[in-house]
Amino acid sequence: MSEYAEHDLDAEGVGLVEKRLFTFAQDEPMPLESGAVIGPVTLAYETYGTLAPDGSNAVLVCHALTGDSHAAGVYSASDPKPGWWEVMIGPGKGIDTDQYFVICANVLGGCMGSTGPASIDPATGQPYGPDFPVLTIGDMVRAQKALLDHLGVKRLLAAVGGSMGGMQVLEWAARYPDRLVSAIALATAPRHSALQIAFHEVARQAIVADPDWNGGRYYSCCKPAHGLAVARMIGHITYLSDEAMRHKFGRGLQDRADFSFSFDADFQVESYLRYQGRKFVERFDANSFLYITRAADYFDLGSTHGGGSLTKAFSRGKVRFLVVSFSSDWLYPTYQSRELVQALKRAGKDVSFCEIEAHWGHDAFLLDSPRLAGLISGHLERTSRDMARGIL
Amino acid sequence: MRYDLDLIASWIAPESRVLDLGCGQGELLEYLHQAKNVQGYGVEQDEAKAAEGIARGVSILQGDITREVMDYPDHFFDFVVLSQTLQQVAEPLGLIRQMLRVGRRAVVSFPNFAHWRGRCQMFFQGRAPVTPELPYEWNDTPNIRVITLVDFKRFCVRHSIPVIEAVAVKTEPSARTGLILNWLPNLRATNGIFLLGR
Repeated sequence: MSEYAEHDLDAEGVGLVEKRLFTFAQDEPMPLESGAVIGPVTLAYETYGTLAPDGSNAVLVCHALTGDSHAAGVYSASDPKPGWWEVMIGPGKGIDTDQYFVICANVLGGCMGSTGPASIDPATGQPYGPDFPVLTIGDMVRAQKALLDHLGVKRLLAAVGGSMGGMQVLEWAARYPDRLVSAIALATAPRHSALQIAFHEVARQAIVADPDWNGGRYYSCCKPAHGLAVARMIGHITYLSDEAMRHKFGRGLQDRADFSFSFDADFQVESYLRYQGRKFVERFDANSFLYITRAADYFDLGSTHGGGSLTKAFSRGKVRFLVVSFSSDWLYPTYQSRELVQALKRAGKDVSFCEIEAHWGHDAFLLDSPRLAGLISGHLERTSRDMARGIL
Repeated sequence: MRYDLDLIASWIAPESRVLDLGCGQGELLEYLHQAKNVQGYGVEQDEAKAAEGIARGVSILQGDITREVMDYPDHFFDFVVLSQTLQQVAEPLGLIRQMLRVGRRAVVSFPNFAHWRGRCQMFFQGRAPVTPELPYEWNDTPNIRVITLVDFKRFCVRHSIPVIEAVAVKTEPSARTGLILNWLPNLRATNGIFLLGR
């Protein structure tokens, strides 16, 4: 996920928000799909809007790979940066906080307040590091369900997310079809392709090749900053598109009139990637990056829930779907969304699909788009209406 | 709503499940949902129309109708509608068979090429007809099929497709009113609407 969220001073947002923590699995550890157990587990989360008395208006927002619980609003009046989906969440926006109660939690394995590799292992008193168990998207979703139980949300009006957030949404629909009414999956896939795994693997190798990574035990000393920055640079390339890069940077030079005939960042695109890499290192934990990318690579809905059949994975329940892809997204191309839609149709599901013409590559789902906002709000409104009429 | 869509809607049973191929922004489905509590699904190629329909609260898949219809399970729908699109379809027989595979009934409507206005242009001016129903010049038309009411009936007989109802309609494009014709329909009707069964 990119660094697009900017303050729009003219637009009304959700205003001041607060990060909260929820801890569970204290007495009995949470079993994971790998067979390992973990506990206690803390999730950092935020909520916007008000839960209706009948609990019918809850929308779970699932973040992408390196996102966090801070989806909208600001932490203080002087906070320069709002949440990562400020363009979508707020009064009158695509996910209207005047109507819906929005919940966003940092995933299990993350590093923004949720239990992850940088957390203290109660068994040793030291950070987990490489002793942290390998996770799946299913584990992340089961942790989210524990949070919803805690918040008293019995059934979600919708789970919404893009990229890895979209995987969580699909996992919700397959795992807990009775706990949600609709699923909105953006720029995502029912399983990772070889290309997607390949990008993740190169990014992981950049981290483990950094001498400071030290087998994942770097918390007492220096972090593998260079490896993590390179991993982020790879990510950024895949989030854009050829056209977006040409438009944004071309072959423009950075702060100079001619080549330096060295390996300094002569080109604007080099300077941009280095800057994004540096900034990412300040906020993200390298081990979390390893674990989360692994979870995304392991994701294969048809195999986990349908014995190899994606259609069968969606056979239970009556979840209604909205699937959206973007024309220039080469990381999660439209064919993967169409494959998902095909399986949903075969399973007899109510599914809407749209491929939005957009030039910005995979990141398009994070950008301000009246079309995407319209799709989401229309879908939510209809679902809400049909739920009130007792159809769903 | 348009007169021809209104006629189609009158054939569709309340509470049924309907697929509308080439649904545009989903006007028919929206109406059927509100008026007859119909569970509607649409397919539309055009991104802007599909997106506007979804934003209005209709279930729409953006895609090609001939491909999208194939994924649905057998007998999944009560009615499958193909309104004013048959003249643009590359393989009409294949599509109609698919419609009757996924649906119990198929509704097909199309502009009548044998309408007198077109015949006159052909006869007196020697020109390919350009009419309000078929407003394209020969070089920019999306319509690749020339269909008349008589042709379509013969087509159904030849391929053993039961015609349950057939109406010949005189209306203007996007008009809310019109007439059902029984006398010289192939000459006077602007549109044909057929209800087909298995």
